[in-house]
Amino acid sequence: MDRIYLDHAATSPVHPDVVERMIPFMTEVFGNPSSIHYFGRQSRHAVDEARALVAKSIGAKETEVIFTSGGTEADNMALIGTAMANRDRGRHIITTAIEHHAVLRACQYLEKQGFDVTYLPVDEHGKVSPADVKAALRDDTILVSIMFANNEVGVLQPIREIGELLKEHQAYFHTDAVQAYGLVPMDVNEHHIDLLSVSGHKINGPKGIGALYARETVKLSPLFYGGEQERKRRAGTENVAGIAGLAKAVEIAQETMKQKQEEYRLLRETMLSIFAESGIDFAVNGSEDGLPHIVNVAFPGTNVESMLVNLDLAGIAASSGSACTAGSIDPSHVLVAMFGKESERIRSSIRFSFGLGNTKEQIERAATETVKIVKRLTNK
Amino acid sequence: MIYLDNSATTKPFPEVIDSFVTVATKYFGNPSSLHELGMKSERLLTQAREQIAAALKVKPSEIVFTSGGTEANNFAIKGVAFQYRHRGKHIITTAIEHPSVSEPCQQLEQLGFEVTYLPVNEHGMVTAEQVKKALREDTILVSVMHVNNEVGAIQPVEEIGALLAHYPKTIFHVDRVQGISKVPLDMKKARIDLCTMSAHKFHGLRGAGILYVRQGIRLSPLLAGGGQEMQLRSGTENVPAIVAMAKALRIALEKYDKQIDYLHEVKQAWLNELKAIPEIQINTPVEHSAPHIINFSLKHGMKPEVFVHELAKSDIFVSTTSACSSKKKAPSKTLLAMGVGEERAESGIRISLSFENTLEEIPIAVAAMKKAIEKLSEVTR
Repeated sequence: MDRIYLDHAATSPVHPDVVERMIPFMTEVFGNPSSIHYFGRQSRHAVDEARALVAKSIGAKETEVIFTSGGTEADNMALIGTAMANRDRGRHIITTAIEHHAVLRACQYLEKQGFDVTYLPVDEHGKVSPADVKAALRDDTILVSIMFANNEVGVLQPIREIGELLKEHQAYFHTDAVQAYGLVPMDVNEHHIDLLSVSGHKINGPKGIGALYARETVKLSPLFYGGEQERKRRAGTENVAGIAGLAKAVEIAQETMKQKQEEYRLLRETMLSIFAESGIDFAVNGSEDGLPHIVNVAFPGTNVESMLVNLDLAGIAASSGSACTAGSIDPSHVLVAMFGKESERIRSSIRFSFGLGNTKEQIERAATETVKIVKRLTNK
Repeated sequence: MIYLDNSATTKPFPEVIDSFVTVATKYFGNPSSLHELGMKSERLLTQAREQIAAALKVKPSEIVFTSGGTEANNFAIKGVAFQYRHRGKHIITTAIEHPSVSEPCQQLEQLGFEVTYLPVNEHGMVTAEQVKKALREDTILVSVMHVNNEVGAIQPVEEIGALLAHYPKTIFHVDRVQGISKVPLDMKKARIDLCTMSAHKFHGLRGAGILYVRQGIRLSPLLAGGGQEMQLRSGTENVPAIVAMAKALRIALEKYDKQIDYLHEVKQAWLNELKAIPEIQINTPVEHSAPHIINFSLKHGMKPEVFVHELAKSDIFVSTTSACSSKKKAPSKTLLAMGVGEERAESGIRISLSFENTLEEIPIAVAAMKKAIEKLSEVTR
């Protein structure tokens, strides 16, 4: 059976060019960048080049990019690192109810350390209102963390407006851009972003690598102490192959952004029109103008587990929400925030996410199979 | 090329790279995903955990994957400190630990913890007796490295473990990054509670490490989020690098079985050659030192960085001190602690071997070293 992978938001296949780019850093130039000999210098050079490329992709300076082990570390460092370094200026943090767990759990950790966290609600489209951010701001707010786009329903947050209103406030502005990066353009200066998290494996790069952008004015305590790598902000021998792979993935993502947007929008329309024509009952979660590669759909009368099992048997890999919550039976916290605990939608929604290698034919087949399953499960 | 900087990083085994590429391209799923591809990567992850646990003679549930040695050391030390802070705030470590142990300890000092840094003798060793004297009612953690990364001194980890068996409230952490696959250590017998290892020091890839967490030990996580790694370490698992690490460990341990005698022979041959060079003073202790690390100092104020660069011109790679601090022009912490004096501590050179190094390389490298010394002597004269 030809399997169709529609879970690119959970993790994505590594682009062949990325693997190719990584191999020389394992076989030939395997030096430790901190070593002063030739090998070390070659590795250092690759790391510098990658840093410049990542910086350029978001309009940042090279010195403002810190390589991490992934999105979770970048988010934890942004939250815990700024909170700990700026606790003398205040202990209030604002975030949203629909953040990734890497942000939410870090906030819960900070609450235990005596910080006060405001979790802003979202509307039924999953959007945060800038007015709510404004109303929640206090003199002792030190950080506002709002994701660029949600990973489960794809809704884009009003980052520009929030950045604008934080311009005059002491609070730093962090955005978890893990899901949006590489698919929509972003510029840290234009959006007044102080901290931004990125992950390699969501953009066809390798796992185990990510980056945190931290504006040079941001006071940040490290999470990992040790060697003086990453300008003393992140100790640990640099994962040069991973960093070079990430850079290649960024390069490809930047070059193909427009094309991907069109492609995925077409796939989205294809899928939704097949659902519409079939006469099944369904509703799209999120807004039309969200990330083009995420389609989150409620199928009333079905239940997530049986949908996923049946889809998997039909060779279609989809998800109930973020992979990190997929293992648990708890309903998605994002859908709960959008529709409430009692809504049937939180138990009958499926996330399809498109990416490298998906074709129109695949989507047609997946949509048709989905329709069959929905009909079977709802006895129609 | 003669690569003699294996304590900084090793060249990945070709089989390791093959595993990495296969998993990265074919089994790229997220282990938390419920579909077939996700379950496949979960199975690979489980398998890697079982293989590593078997090789280390511990339980799979005691293996926590991290992004590397630095994270594992930070996690062990701060994880214990934050979890058990109500039990006590005293930590014992040594003066010669890797920065990824000593720096978190310094961070903890700023947060109100008290840290005792045990001095070492002229052989770079601490004793269990020293640990015993430093132990207090409120000591929550003892962290002692297995093999020192700068001079190769082996610490009496088993004796310390035996001592700490009488102190059930004190957790024992061992940084085994340099020792794994070179110096045997039975973690259960040594009664170790937490043990750090890093893939790229045993021919695995960067970006993967291990913290052994003995069953029953609780740790406050360093990274919060999706709750991977039994709630101890969040973040999508780096499955390709972890599978590659399991393979690297297996091959490295096989090489140990077959080639350890040869490695000792290579080290001895190196020592014999180096001892014959009058401008060199050996720092590595004769006894209780690892088979792969040789540290020596250059006499007459010769600059170690220049020496390293000079050798690199002949495609021979050594290092001044540990890679993590090699950009600073500070004296070696370990050499200072051993009491060799400022001058000798500032001119240290480290040769670090792997099972890939040969006896045949020695005359070539030694000739290049003699030439480099000659050149440096002219400059200093």
